[in-house]
Amino acid sequence: MSGTKERWASRLGLILAVAGNAVGLGNFLRFPAQAIQNGGGAFIIPYLVSLAVMGIPLLWVEWAIGRHGGQHGHHSTPGMLDVLGRSKLLKYFGIFGIFTNLVVAAYYCYIESWTLAYTVFSVADVFNGMNQSEVIQYFKSYLGTGDGFINFSPVALFFFFVTIGLNLWVLSRGISAGIEKASKILMPLLILFGIFLAIRALTLDAGEYGAVEDAVAGLNFLWTPHFDSLSNPKVWLAAAGQVFFTLSVGMGSIHCYAAYLRKNDDVALNAATAGFMNEFVEVILGGSVVIPIAVAYLGLASLSTFSGFGMSFMTLPMLFENWGPLLSALGGFTWFGLLFFAGITSSIAMGQPVMAFLQDSFKFSREKSTWVFGLAVVVLALPTILLYDHGAFDEYDFWAGTFSLVVFALAESIIFLWIFGIDNAWEEINRGADIKIPVIFKYILKYVTPTFIGLVFVGSMIQPVGGKWIESFSGLFNGQGWNLDPSSVLGTLFHIGIDDPEKILVINLTRLLLLSVYATVGILIFVAWKIRLKEERI
Amino acid sequence: MSTSALLMMIPTWSVIIFFTVYFMVKALKTQHSHDGEE
Repeated sequence: MSGTKERWASRLGLILAVAGNAVGLGNFLRFPAQAIQNGGGAFIIPYLVSLAVMGIPLLWVEWAIGRHGGQHGHHSTPGMLDVLGRSKLLKYFGIFGIFTNLVVAAYYCYIESWTLAYTVFSVADVFNGMNQSEVIQYFKSYLGTGDGFINFSPVALFFFFVTIGLNLWVLSRGISAGIEKASKILMPLLILFGIFLAIRALTLDAGEYGAVEDAVAGLNFLWTPHFDSLSNPKVWLAAAGQVFFTLSVGMGSIHCYAAYLRKNDDVALNAATAGFMNEFVEVILGGSVVIPIAVAYLGLASLSTFSGFGMSFMTLPMLFENWGPLLSALGGFTWFGLLFFAGITSSIAMGQPVMAFLQDSFKFSREKSTWVFGLAVVVLALPTILLYDHGAFDEYDFWAGTFSLVVFALAESIIFLWIFGIDNAWEEINRGADIKIPVIFKYILKYVTPTFIGLVFVGSMIQPVGGKWIESFSGLFNGQGWNLDPSSVLGTLFHIGIDDPEKILVINLTRLLLLSVYATVGILIFVAWKIRLKEERI
Repeated sequence: MSTSALLMMIPTWSVIIFFTVYFMVKALKTQHSHDGEE
């Protein structure tokens, strides 16, 4: 057993911490873009179905695995999976729960640092008087992109190190005094900022503050259903993917937070509460800020090329300027502030599992594990910062931040629901539960959830060009072959659509680095279990 | 807003707000049964 006695001080703190882990930049930037591209209001139907049969059940699975592992002294996924069955190989599936958090934290902290920088820039009113191309140029020069092979920007590096410092400071204070306290302050502020921006956005009328269209037209566009899209597998895949990524499942961070629960603490209600808080922020607040503001100032035509990410840093700062000196500063401060809060509550959740692994396995102190985690994140972040223009960042995001999550979720659901067994799993989920989960979920958990994740996995592997599944299948049977989309797993793996040899070289070197990290985590697990065996801790 | 957009948005918002508030209130009500246990 581990010697850790750390616990959550309150249930509210735990729920806010897990919700903070789930609420990230994607809630405000990815969800509206996905909805627009996949049937508008009709997107919500596969989205809610995916939430009910995959998202919430997977939350229960991860909370239950975490609490069960915590009772055996494990606060990271290798140990948690190890105690679910007899095979010695199970713990190696837990590599993902360390690898993903480490790699994602590296590039995520970099984006997080942009939001911190832009919060400061907004208060300093640096965007005053800039037009669209000047704001875009400002963003590019901030990142140091476009000039030379290396993207070096002292300002971006400064904010990155400040962000890393803030993360490490919170993590070094521990579960209750660090993560829980930060979540209790930042999550209510995030929701408050989101409500302020949503009200401000939705009350913009044409002719007011330079608006050319009523902002409500954006909401109308987002929610008008195109029911014909429901027969398109691409839409269902996109909805399942969005639910998957928004809840931060498949990472190992939820498991880690749940490991600090007591044996009979509830997981069923906690998981549902944190999950629905994330949905509130995503569907209601996330859908009511960026799109209405974009439509109010740029018109409905702007949505044809809508990218939440570009809109956030390269357009919104200029649009806020229409609100006058005080409100524009407030708009920028609340927008980038809420993105920063969403970011840091997620990145600290990525640090804890890595640190817990070092503490449990190698008896590192909290301080020592904080420094090791910080150093690893800085080293891993440098390629994404310095080679940003050349695809290193995207490789991290794809393999660690997307592909690994689906693989791990599929593995953990099979291990927990089939190897540990559905009866044990059901009992584990319901022990100490403060809500009665309908018994139908026992069957959904066993059959539907793994199938859904499996479909997301297979779908993402072989997604055809443009997501045209029906045409591609009929083409396949007519002997026309299968054209992979460049964004599919196989398409990405084989560099489909990339011709630049320099970029391919950087991508391949980045993959080598990621594989090395993955192998290193595997070796550390092997060594850790040797030590445990020697010390008779198994 | 169009009727079809409202018919999608209002029930969705209602369901999400209902469950968010319902679960949160239930969790806060039962908070003390868990705090301080060992």
